[in-house]
Amino acid sequence: MKDEVESREDRVAGLKGMGCSRKRVEDARFTQGKGNYVDDLKLDGMLFGDFVRSPYAHARIVNIDTEAALKVPGVLAVLTAKDLEPLGLHWMPTLAGDKQMVLADGKVLFQGQEVAYVVVQDRYAAADGIEAVEVDYEELPVLVNPFEALKSDVVLREDLLAEDGSIPDGAHGPRKHHNHIFTWEAGDKDPTLEVIDNADVVAEETMYYHRTHPCPLETCGCVASMDKVNGKLTLWGTFQAPHAIRTVVSLISGIEEHNIRVISPDIGGGFGNKVGAYPGYVCSVVASIVTGKPVKWIEDRMDNLMTTAFARDYHMTGRIAATKEGKITGVHCSVTADHGGFDACADPTKFPAGFMNICTGSYDIPTAYLEVDGVYTNKAPGGVSYRCSFRVTEAVYFIERMIEVLAIKLNMDAAELRRINFIKKEQFPYQAALGWEYDSGDYHTAWDKALKAVDYDGLRAEQAQRVEDFKAGKTRKLMGIGLTFFTEIVGAGPVKNCDILGLGMFDSCEIRIHPTGSAIARLGTISQGQGHATTFAQILASEIGLPADSITIEEGDTDTAPYGLGTYGSRSTPVAGAATAMAGRKIRAKAQMIAAYLLEVHDDDVEFDVDRFAVKGAPEKFKTMNEIAFAAYNQAIPGIEPGLEAVSYYDPPNMTYPFGAYVCVMDIDVDTGVPVIRRFYALDDCGTRINPMIIEGQVHGGLTEALAVALGQEIAYDDMGNVKTGTLMDFFLPTAWEVPNYETDHTVTPSPHHPIGAKGVGESPHVGGVPCFSNAVQDAFRPFGNTHTNMPHDHWRIWKTANELGLHG
Amino acid sequence: MIPAAFEYYRPKDMTGVLSLLGEHGDNARVIAGGHSLIPMMKLRMADVPHLIDLQGVGGLDDIELSANSIRIGAMVTQHDIIDHNGLASAAPILREAALQIADPQVRYMGTVGGNVANGDPGNDMPGLMQCLDATFTVVGLDGERDIPARQFYEAAYMTAREDEEVLTSITMLIPAGGYAYEKQKRKIGDYATAAAAVLLTKEGNTCKSASIAMTNLSDIPVYSEEAGAALVGSSLDDTAIKAAVTAVLGDIDPSEDNRGPVAFKKHLAGVILRRAIERAWSRA
Repeated sequence: MKDEVESREDRVAGLKGMGCSRKRVEDARFTQGKGNYVDDLKLDGMLFGDFVRSPYAHARIVNIDTEAALKVPGVLAVLTAKDLEPLGLHWMPTLAGDKQMVLADGKVLFQGQEVAYVVVQDRYAAADGIEAVEVDYEELPVLVNPFEALKSDVVLREDLLAEDGSIPDGAHGPRKHHNHIFTWEAGDKDPTLEVIDNADVVAEETMYYHRTHPCPLETCGCVASMDKVNGKLTLWGTFQAPHAIRTVVSLISGIEEHNIRVISPDIGGGFGNKVGAYPGYVCSVVASIVTGKPVKWIEDRMDNLMTTAFARDYHMTGRIAATKEGKITGVHCSVTADHGGFDACADPTKFPAGFMNICTGSYDIPTAYLEVDGVYTNKAPGGVSYRCSFRVTEAVYFIERMIEVLAIKLNMDAAELRRINFIKKEQFPYQAALGWEYDSGDYHTAWDKALKAVDYDGLRAEQAQRVEDFKAGKTRKLMGIGLTFFTEIVGAGPVKNCDILGLGMFDSCEIRIHPTGSAIARLGTISQGQGHATTFAQILASEIGLPADSITIEEGDTDTAPYGLGTYGSRSTPVAGAATAMAGRKIRAKAQMIAAYLLEVHDDDVEFDVDRFAVKGAPEKFKTMNEIAFAAYNQAIPGIEPGLEAVSYYDPPNMTYPFGAYVCVMDIDVDTGVPVIRRFYALDDCGTRINPMIIEGQVHGGLTEALAVALGQEIAYDDMGNVKTGTLMDFFLPTAWEVPNYETDHTVTPSPHHPIGAKGVGESPHVGGVPCFSNAVQDAFRPFGNTHTNMPHDHWRIWKTANELGLHG
Repeated sequence: MIPAAFEYYRPKDMTGVLSLLGEHGDNARVIAGGHSLIPMMKLRMADVPHLIDLQGVGGLDDIELSANSIRIGAMVTQHDIIDHNGLASAAPILREAALQIADPQVRYMGTVGGNVANGDPGNDMPGLMQCLDATFTVVGLDGERDIPARQFYEAAYMTAREDEEVLTSITMLIPAGGYAYEKQKRKIGDYATAAAAVLLTKEGNTCKSASIAMTNLSDIPVYSEEAGAALVGSSLDDTAIKAAVTAVLGDIDPSEDNRGPVAFKKHLAGVILRRAIERAWSRA
């Protein structure tokens, strides 16, 4: 028998379990153009829908004339808010407890807002039909600045005023002004202010984290198909949370949930953009119900950039207090958050500013206070976590900038300042001042390893020489050393404090072992490129002893997969990965009983060994998982049901806290503003590593999106609320040309509460990367008096910094 | 991103093209590589009821080199320019510039003729052709005529070519001396924030001739005779280069866009021009 000649190491290797750089099973179809994305779906009689969108950022709608459009060949119907109103679908709830117009109900609040939905026979007719819809607009004053919005008499959301004109509470408590959404606080205000008032040193800075966009390569879209015979609605779409979408569709449409099947096929990147529910979904469903035919809606690039969920737009003011030796004693963070025309942030319900209260970072800061004010403006709604857990990118940017600003104030090396303030290894689990309990960490080890790897002292010496040379006129290039030490908070989350619209943020895995020793596992998550079919099979291979190659992973079909909250916020491995391990352990427990029966010993007398159960002390007596699987289905075993299946719904006891140490070395041409990244070193600690190759790929991808955001990617508006960056000509999406070589490294500090110790990694490089790139730019100008300059650091803004510092002579 | 309906024609010869143009006037446009026109049509910024494809017309895609001159057919692609070793040794500035246009995929389709004829201020070839003092040949129902590149551009998308004419070739003398095409852009595929084309000859340590043109710093390419004149007779000392930069700054008229405000573009134009001059001089 083959097993008799295989060594234990060979048996382990054969499983391709955890720790193996197993090649991605998805890539065979993706690299051959055989993926199955929603726009690949073609159904008999399928119709198309597309939107008439507002050219104005704020306007009253006087009239919509659809007569000419209905005469365009191929146009079947034009839906407006008036058509949706009788169904109660002209508005829809948002994930943030607000409501949003599906189609413009009397007014528009942002450029690109959906005004009418044209149902047509093909896309060409859609483009013609849209042009033929005549909309009379009466322009209204436009508010694109949240500070001005909070002072303005202009009311953006009349629908939120009481009849007497007063301002009722919002979903998150009292509202201070008609354009104010919420105030959210964490920490202790008075003690923090007292610490700051009495501190040796206080550094203060105001920073704007600009508005950007996740911009997945595949835009958002769906196909809705209502079968009028059996009353069943099938909705294919680019959903990062298919089960949540099913529940939301049921709640707002009144269709019973068992009659709704939501399917997320292959998804071409999400990065948070595909978490929420969009008017396109609602209108497509309505159009399919009305026509009885499948209706497809697919955004084009401009639709995607201008209307579906943006990220960031946080105005942050910080004060950080320290002793004169540099020990941080307190931090105060005050945020004005621009949410656009509707509050459609995708955050756990109790966290309207996401996990911004992780903004004490990796540091042992005893006192802290955070206040966030959400504000309505005439911009697109959104505020999603673009390749990060909820608002964590903002939080890490804030603290990693404040550390640098404090280092300048103290005239101290920023690496050393971090070192003396890190939470120490022995302090974990660490209770942070703003409420979180960090699960595990070893920051000093990671930091030392990173600084050594880049020869930090050597870099500083070189930089000092460069400054001398610059001042002597020998060079026009400055050198910046960007440092970042980040702690993420991912894996939302414990149902006791994490839900979205009341849906607890657990996740799930259901496993069926087939009689001949292969298996299928279905999860409540959905891959958008993360490689779940590869990595979840590896977790299971290690847990149940069947080869990863013999395990199919399926996600995204709500009729077959167990309920789960989907994939975003680096939650798949921390939550669904845990569910997978736990379900695997249930399989193993039953397999143990079967093995004991087959080996004619007591349950406790067999032990699991890689791919089999063997009799303790007699390893030559064993039953492989293959044999056990066959017996489970084909042998009558007293007291044990046939079959070998398990399901686990995992409610995580805590978040996980991945961390990392990044260093960026950058050369900046002072005259042109062009930055060149000479070196980027990224050390990530994501706990137990499931697939090192996929981790490396995730780090490369996250860093590249970080580079984009830090160096140019922005959704910019003019004063009239026009989007200035609505195409990929102006919205910076880096290509291979703009991306430097990345050096990756790691330490391993497992999560103590996760079944396999894994923490999640997909978003860490973005969270850590943005401040690292930004800090490199800022650091280059530090010797000339720069303390802070806002992102994005594109050529002209870098040039402007140099210019303002008098470096152009 | 779907264009309005249009009629598509693919005539086999230039007579067919000209007859269609004669019939439809400014309701018709010819298409070469399509990398400027098609996006404009998809954005519905260009309304072209009759689209006449030149791909079926022969004789427009040759590169001809003689002892002292170059003739480039209008349908020669940017990739063809890069790929042609004879051309690269005769006029290396052409390859240097073409390599900085868009990205490889676009360069396989985008043509030199389309690039110069469209009149897009962002395109690189117009300024380059002004620097090279090239001549554009256009043909209409009344026959051929030549238009100097330096007199071709009137305003953004407005040129000396009549609606019923087709640009068929570009000719130029083989340039002598040093060259440089210096371009700053935000990313691959972008138009220039500022770009400079420079040709210089020297005798001993003295600049004998100089030709300078700038890209995307006005609504048309900017050939600056004064800037070239500022260098001639000098040894390209700092004073001469400063005079050339000052001359160019007087000729350009950049506008603010997402690449930056006017002050930045003016400053950058000077920096890019200086670098182009220095590189060209080092090669002269």
